Amino acid sequence: MTASTPTGTRVQFRAVTKQYPGHRALDGVDLDIAPGEFVALLGPSGCGKTTALRSLAGLEQITDGEILLDGSDVAATPVNRRDMGMVFQSYSLFPHMTVLENVEFGLRMRKVGAASRRTRAEEALEMVGLGVHGKRFAHQLSGGQQQRVALARALVTRPKVLLLDEPLSALDAKVRVQLRDEIRRIQLELGITTLFVTHDQEEALAVADRVAVMKAGRIEQIGAPEDLYQRPSSAFVADFVGVSNRLPGTVSGGEIDVHGVLLPLLAPARPDGAAVALVRPEDVRFAAAGVAATVLTTSFLGALRRTRVALADGTELAVQHGTEVAPAEGAVVHLAFTGAPVALAD
Amino acid sequence: MNRVGIEPRAVTRWLILGVIGLLMALPIVAMVEFSLRGAPGEYTLDHWTGILDPENERKYRGLFEGVGNSLLLAVVTVLIVNAMLVPTMVLVALRFPKLQRWLEFVCLIPITVPAIVLVVGLAPVYGVVSRIFGSSIWTLAFAYGITVLPYAYRAVRAAMDAVDIVTLSEAARSLGAGWLTVFFRVLVPNIRRGMLAASVIATAVVLGEFTIASLLNRENLQTSVLLISRSDPYVATIFALLALLFAFALLVIIGRVGAVQPRRSSS
Repeated sequence: MTASTPTGTRVQFRAVTKQYPGHRALDGVDLDIAPGEFVALLGPSGCGKTTALRSLAGLEQITDGEILLDGSDVAATPVNRRDMGMVFQSYSLFPHMTVLENVEFGLRMRKVGAASRRTRAEEALEMVGLGVHGKRFAHQLSGGQQQRVALARALVTRPKVLLLDEPLSALDAKVRVQLRDEIRRIQLELGITTLFVTHDQEEALAVADRVAVMKAGRIEQIGAPEDLYQRPSSAFVADFVGVSNRLPGTVSGGEIDVHGVLLPLLAPARPDGAAVALVRPEDVRFAAAGVAATVLTTSFLGALRRTRVALADGTELAVQHGTEVAPAEGAVVHLAFTGAPVALAD
Repeated sequence: MNRVGIEPRAVTRWLILGVIGLLMALPIVAMVEFSLRGAPGEYTLDHWTGILDPENERKYRGLFEGVGNSLLLAVVTVLIVNAMLVPTMVLVALRFPKLQRWLEFVCLIPITVPAIVLVVGLAPVYGVVSRIFGSSIWTLAFAYGITVLPYAYRAVRAAMDAVDIVTLSEAARSLGAGWLTVFFRVLVPNIRRGMLAASVIATAVVLGEFTIASLLNRENLQTSVLLISRSDPYVATIFALLALLFAFALLVIIGRVGAVQPRRSSS
């Protein structure tokens, strides 16, 4: 299966607002997605990420602003004419149709001839690795297989944009990672513009070209995964993207003094005074000398280990380190900081 | 885990089934026995064969008209339920979910209103109905459409609750389907069993309805059976038996249609 629009479609949100009675789900969202780009909308429940995706699909009517596809406003275009491929969070295969009929459905709506329909549906199923399951029904497939079929069904019509509304959230961890990687492979192969909604930061960072972190109906920060992780523009982003320790300290001259250690600030313009530094677990390490702490718990995570320690003032923090070190619970250790710039909590 | 308390043993199951079956079969067997009675101590098929005897055509004409009227009413009532209730329920579920509780409340009201009270309210309404649609028997289906609402609503609702119709319709819409296609090709096949169950219940209610037809001076199966029972109790019993048999056959046929597996391959 090949893309009919190899360069993809440009998607633009311009000051998009969605107002529900007593609740503003989208509050002037601006977003520009380049043709063929994979953008993830990341945020906690109720931040407006799904509303943004549904607005692009046409399943929600926006209150204000514009949504443009290749420069054309689609506000007046109904869902069934927007030419979007969508995969839903809950299983959405038509239970009374076979897998092949499900995949053919969109083509049937476009009045594609029977022979071409069959060929294209079979190709789409091959693409997601389910070529031999065409005659099965949804209830005869696992959750992961159902979402693969839903992906094939969404892509077979060669839509302008692929919309993924938390398609992995109902799956178990292993299948989730497999399908996540597969989605990215297929997206790159087809060059289709993709908007992916998730509340799982690991998922968003792993697959997206850019990640937009949303909070209370607004995009808090958008950037490449590395940028978001290493240079969060706010405490919310730093806290949401990755695990952050909160260490109280005193800001002075663009640095923060945390337990006698000076750490540079990501935003040095901050006025002097008391503040809370957000320090990544991987920016803290065990050392022969430094800040004394007592080990509370330690967890083996496969390739690495994460240990929770308590400082003398009771502040708890996580330390991420190699598996060769396995500190005993209750042991006294010393901590050092890598010196990476830190964000401050609001 | 101990089986006791989870399900009864096979013997107990058959015993319960047997006792209930016997209780239900007893009046039917008694009806059959009564319909076959001839001279004292003898049994005959005369009452059964007499129904189709051309000589009795005039005598039983009203009865056959009543049967025809009830069948016509059943068909129109089923059409009203499927053409009005189902689309309304789907519309409310998809577009106005906050109205679901109100719709349910309204649909369940008829179960709390005795038929005789309903007729008192319906009598002036039927004055208007008669002026618009005439006084043909089928207009009674408007009233029957109301009386079957609670049963039909629950049957269709159960089927709708079994599938995520919101996601299915959104998926179909995103794939390019218009609302009619969503309704007929995606939703109806998935709530088909509920619609069939609603149709069966509607038919059974209509075939057994007496009060409304009688008080509104219309002739249906039940009013005809009552009328003929005064002159020929045997034939009244035979028709009551046939109505039971018809309802049973309908139940079996529609149950089988509803249970048909989806097609195994596309055309």
